[in-house]
Amino acid sequence: MKGGGLLRGYALLYLLFLYAPIILLPIFAFNSSTIIAFPLSEFTTQWFREIPNTPALVESVKTSLIIAVSTALLSTVLGICAARAGAKYRFPGKAPILGFIMLPLVLPEIIVAVSMLVVLLALGLPLGHWTVILGHTLICTPFCIAILNSAFANLDASLEEAAYDLGETAWSTFRLITLPLVMPGIVSALLISFTISLDEFIIAFFLTGTEPTLPVYLWGQLRFPQKIPVVMALGTILVAMSVTLLTFAEFMRRRGIAKAGRKDTGGFL
Amino acid sequence: MAMSRLARSEAARGLLMVSPPALYALLLLAVPLAAILAFSFWSQDFLTIDFTPTLKNYREAFSEPLYMQLMLRSVLIAGSVTLATVILAFPIAYFVSFHVPPHRKSLWIFLITIPFWTSYLIRVFLWKVILGYNGVLNTTLQGLGITDEPLTFILYNANAVVITLAHAFAPFAILPIFVSLEKIDRSLLEASRDLGENHVMTFLRVTLPLAVPGIVAAVLIVFIPTIGDYVTPRLVGGPDGLMIANMIQTQFLKLNNAPMGAALAVIAMSIVTLIALFFLFLNRKYLRGRS
Repeated sequence: MKGGGLLRGYALLYLLFLYAPIILLPIFAFNSSTIIAFPLSEFTTQWFREIPNTPALVESVKTSLIIAVSTALLSTVLGICAARAGAKYRFPGKAPILGFIMLPLVLPEIIVAVSMLVVLLALGLPLGHWTVILGHTLICTPFCIAILNSAFANLDASLEEAAYDLGETAWSTFRLITLPLVMPGIVSALLISFTISLDEFIIAFFLTGTEPTLPVYLWGQLRFPQKIPVVMALGTILVAMSVTLLTFAEFMRRRGIAKAGRKDTGGFL
Repeated sequence: MAMSRLARSEAARGLLMVSPPALYALLLLAVPLAAILAFSFWSQDFLTIDFTPTLKNYREAFSEPLYMQLMLRSVLIAGSVTLATVILAFPIAYFVSFHVPPHRKSLWIFLITIPFWTSYLIRVFLWKVILGYNGVLNTTLQGLGITDEPLTFILYNANAVVITLAHAFAPFAILPIFVSLEKIDRSLLEASRDLGENHVMTFLRVTLPLAVPGIVAAVLIVFIPTIGDYVTPRLVGGPDGLMIANMIQTQFLKLNNAPMGAALAVIAMSIVTLIALFFLFLNRKYLRGRS
């Protein structure tokens, strides 16, 4: 096609722009200098070895994992309810209710964070893991719904009707027919809400108690130049982990589409 | 009778099913938003909150030059970020939709979304490394002999905030435009070509107008979160690149003046809502004008 070559060149440059920070990450993680700049000094794995010897860092990873797992479970369950209600039932106020649940998607996160903080402080409740989980679940649920909507919409209603006709109850139909068919959607919703929660900074920054999450801990470290190479090493590990998780999520999503007998038409969102 | 009972039970089941997420959003979103609104009409009296309703915070917000300056700057920066992101993203969405073979499209979309899922904090920090005085960009440009001395207009100012946010929100702009381009019936383009329009005119008169809903969605999805961004202005913005979110945080956590912070949050939210409604209105008017 005419103009295709030019566009392709632009697309490759754009990908370079998108990937520039991520390419630099491992370069500085393996660089022995504590100053994050070119020219590079020598190759080292010292920064990676320092990770397990930094107790505060290890603690923050644990905190983040607990929060991310809880958030993923909670927001996926809420997402299933909303997506199922949206796909299967007609009820009064459906559009405004579902729209309201999706609202955090278009609200600046700082607003969510300060408004929850105000309520928690006014009620005199102590901040801790659970407050961060509550905040993260609020912003992750819309993402889960967006993913699960397509899973539930692709579901062939006649399969469920057939199960009812053959004497299954509502619950056993859900467990035996619906759940396995939407399982790929559930897995990608779990993975994506886990990833969002693990990376979320501003809500955690406001709502965390005495034990910081990983991004909040990293935020504190960015002020000390000598700590930055360790942050780079950790960042490299995180990038590798998220790419692996996302590749898996994408794989599940495609399998789900193949299972439902549809053609693949796009990405996650 | 049987029909209406069936309908009622369907409605009841639907409401029951949607109630957990709806109640959750009510308790953790509607209640806090209402609380923020209430707080903005109260005032801070040293360590306690004075519950007498007052417009003091709003008066202060609109009369203190610093607050208005931060608000204006946030709108301008978010506007520039949106413009840059959407203009840069459109050709990519167009390329993937029109020039990439169908079976490779989801691979491209996957490649575009991956950087977005890697630690936001670290990505922003790395932009600081790229744009810095001895940064990657400056050493490369000098190494290649393109510039003699380091460029200083790219870090610790509004430009750095725009570049970094344009990077962070790229997938948010690409995806909605891509979806709207995918929906375009390709036979319309052939028809335009058959009727004697050239490539450029076909693009301007057929493709671009049909992509408008996607472009509007992209504008909103980028603009709304960027106006409230905290991390980027703080890390790469320097003193002249700070935005309203930084001030809201300062009011809440440092100055311990929650009512003032609440008033600023409410003003920021109102501006976002007004601008969003304006765009949605334009979009609707535009769509009605065409049909």
